[in-house]
Amino acid sequence: MATLCKTISSVTRSATKLNQFSRLLSTSQRCSVQMAVRDALNTAMDEEIERDEKVFILGEEVGQYNGAYKVTKGLWEKWGDKRVMDTPITEMGFAGIAVGAAMAGLRPVCEFMTFNFSMQAIDQVINSAAKTYYMSAGQVPVPIVFRGPNGAAAGVGAQHSQCFASWYSQCPGLIVASPYSSEDARGLLKAAIRNENPVVFLENELMYGTSFEVSDEALGKDFLIPFGKAKIERAGSHITLVAHSKSVGLCLEAANELVGQGVECEVINLRTLRPLDDQTIIESVMKTNHLVTVESGWHHCGIGAEVVALVMESPAFNYLDAPVLRVTGADVPMPYAKSLEDLALPQVKNVLTAVRKSLNIS
Amino acid sequence: MYKTVSRLLRIRVPRVACNSLVRTAAVSQARCASTSEVDKPNFPGSKSKFVSQPFLLDPDDMEGIPVYRAMNRDGVFIDESQDPKFDDNTILKMYKDMTLLNTMDRVLYDSQRQGRISFYMTNYGEEGTHIGSAAALDPKDLVFGQYREVGVLMWRGFPLIQFIHQCYGNCKDLGKGRQMPVHYGAKDYHFVTISSSLATQMPQASGAAYAYKRKKNGLCVICYFGEGAASEGDAHAAFNFAAVLDCPVIFFCRNNGYAISTPTKEQYRGDGIAARAAGYGIPCIRVDGNDVFAVYNATKLARDLCTTQNRPVVIEAMTYRIGHHSTSDDSSAYRSVDEVNQHDRSDNPITRFRNYMNRRGVWDEEKEKQWKLDSRKMVMKAFAEAENEKKGNPESFFEDVYKEMPPHIAKQRDAMKQHVKQYKEHYPLEHFQPMS
Repeated sequence: MATLCKTISSVTRSATKLNQFSRLLSTSQRCSVQMAVRDALNTAMDEEIERDEKVFILGEEVGQYNGAYKVTKGLWEKWGDKRVMDTPITEMGFAGIAVGAAMAGLRPVCEFMTFNFSMQAIDQVINSAAKTYYMSAGQVPVPIVFRGPNGAAAGVGAQHSQCFASWYSQCPGLIVASPYSSEDARGLLKAAIRNENPVVFLENELMYGTSFEVSDEALGKDFLIPFGKAKIERAGSHITLVAHSKSVGLCLEAANELVGQGVECEVINLRTLRPLDDQTIIESVMKTNHLVTVESGWHHCGIGAEVVALVMESPAFNYLDAPVLRVTGADVPMPYAKSLEDLALPQVKNVLTAVRKSLNIS
Repeated sequence: MYKTVSRLLRIRVPRVACNSLVRTAAVSQARCASTSEVDKPNFPGSKSKFVSQPFLLDPDDMEGIPVYRAMNRDGVFIDESQDPKFDDNTILKMYKDMTLLNTMDRVLYDSQRQGRISFYMTNYGEEGTHIGSAAALDPKDLVFGQYREVGVLMWRGFPLIQFIHQCYGNCKDLGKGRQMPVHYGAKDYHFVTISSSLATQMPQASGAAYAYKRKKNGLCVICYFGEGAASEGDAHAAFNFAAVLDCPVIFFCRNNGYAISTPTKEQYRGDGIAARAAGYGIPCIRVDGNDVFAVYNATKLARDLCTTQNRPVVIEAMTYRIGHHSTSDDSSAYRSVDEVNQHDRSDNPITRFRNYMNRRGVWDEEKEKQWKLDSRKMVMKAFAEAENEKKGNPESFFEDVYKEMPPHIAKQRDAMKQHVKQYKEHYPLEHFQPMS
């Protein structure tokens, strides 16, 4: 097994090298720019505001205060009240305002200070934004982006630390995006703003300050990432790890650690949760014969559950050599205590345990 | 102090008309304050004066907001200056729309009772609020309705048969048969598709008005809602946002006395919906909803303020829901038939308008008799035509979930088609348009 692993990994590595080489050939100059996720989101919005007169941002304190998490920093100074609009407090209110503005021809980007507060507005998101296009038989499109930090932050307790990925992913009519890196953030947010459908855009507060290398291409003003297309962050042949948002990072860390054991993980960053890229998952599982899903949300009816179900219903089922395992948040409201909070969320060691269990190695 | 407040409330209506003057006055007062010796409160977010005795401002001590009307019950103008001076054709259109709506309601209500359509809501008693307000709007002003505003769409020329197509959910329905009856929506008539969730249209109307303000298109948005819907949190958000963001939106409350079975006395404690407007800094007017001309004049006044100053206005039209809430309701369980009949006899908007027309000499018993026959014939003809239309192509069930159909939905559609083709003898396909 170990020998086989090594052979496969060297093949994969040379394939990666080749890939990099070809990219060198296709672009005249390759500069490596580091960019934080926050700046990726910020530049994406800035460019889209510039590109299309109809685009505007609204939410609590998004203007002069630059947003609670500074994602809209500098945009109000640059574009003024007309394009970056502070609203009174009431998520239901400004979500409704955004829906109405979209119905009347604008393209609002509606910031929830965190998605935890979007619960107050969920009627507007589900019953109005998601369904009006269908209920009006295509007469009333609602192009709108609901964005903000989702999932657990740090030390903010049960009501501020929840992943809403599976809530929104259940509803037809919505597109749900969940970026991991700066490239994801830029490409998916620009695509969301240009999309004709309502998009729920789930950011992660803990990732805002994280910097990633960003390619020339991703810095382009028309850099768009298609919805429903996952990214293979790391190719591997022994096991498939499927994750979204911050959990992709956990998978990559675990994958790096497992290399020492001769295990090559294939890490799939879902990027979009609705539509889900079933093809990439199915192909990967048919190659690796093992699957672990990782998410920070709860397991019950979670994204992992959906991934497992789609594999069961696909030809990949017959390729599985072990039961699929899910690594998820603990099934409790988030504790406030730091020590318990850490334990309630998936950690690299949980991913490692799941992978070893699946591969039956120690 | 109480008296001052009630006096302010009493002169609220004329102030709507000269609002720019009010604003100028406020500014100059503020300037005076900064230079005078008077010690005034300087807290952010309030404008008033200090007093040295504590007292409770009790709304029960205030006089209620007056109800504006133009005609008395006999259809005579109380003040001639309030006559909008419509020509005969406009008067006839108003009357015919109000009564055609009434006839259509009767036919469709009965058809639900016969099991031909699944659900219906009548507009009895509220025809005056629909036609009076619709006539005062620009036909391109955007309408967000609640569900009982059919007359507005009728005034704009939405064809009679289209209403019935919608109630049948057949292949000619603009909504592709996707919604319950009476959930009309017509882009060409600037009427946003009705949403069943109560009051969601209110913040949306504020948002659309914000978009119109940005477009500077000279148009406004009108948002209809009932006094029951005004208890929803959405209503608060809509009022507050429209006021703070200076949105040109008319909040038109049809206060018809009942939210399904809940009477107004169990719905709110204050002086109706109009009294809330001041708290948001919104001008308001309360109007006799059974007086078409009063509703017209009030809406015109509101629209002028909206479009010239980008400010929201609340109109509270006092009326009475003569019909049941919907076909799922029997109102005799919570109100007496006598009460309903009394309102129908003494305060019916159609009767009052007909009195006016008779007096003006444009209408008489003979014409009334003929129109009753003609309008019923028109409705029955449209009804028969709509009833014979097929249901839509079953494939269309999968359309418009997204702008472009994603593969997983196309897969569902194809599976359905395959299944239905294979087992076609089990499906009443003759009632549907053929699938591709």
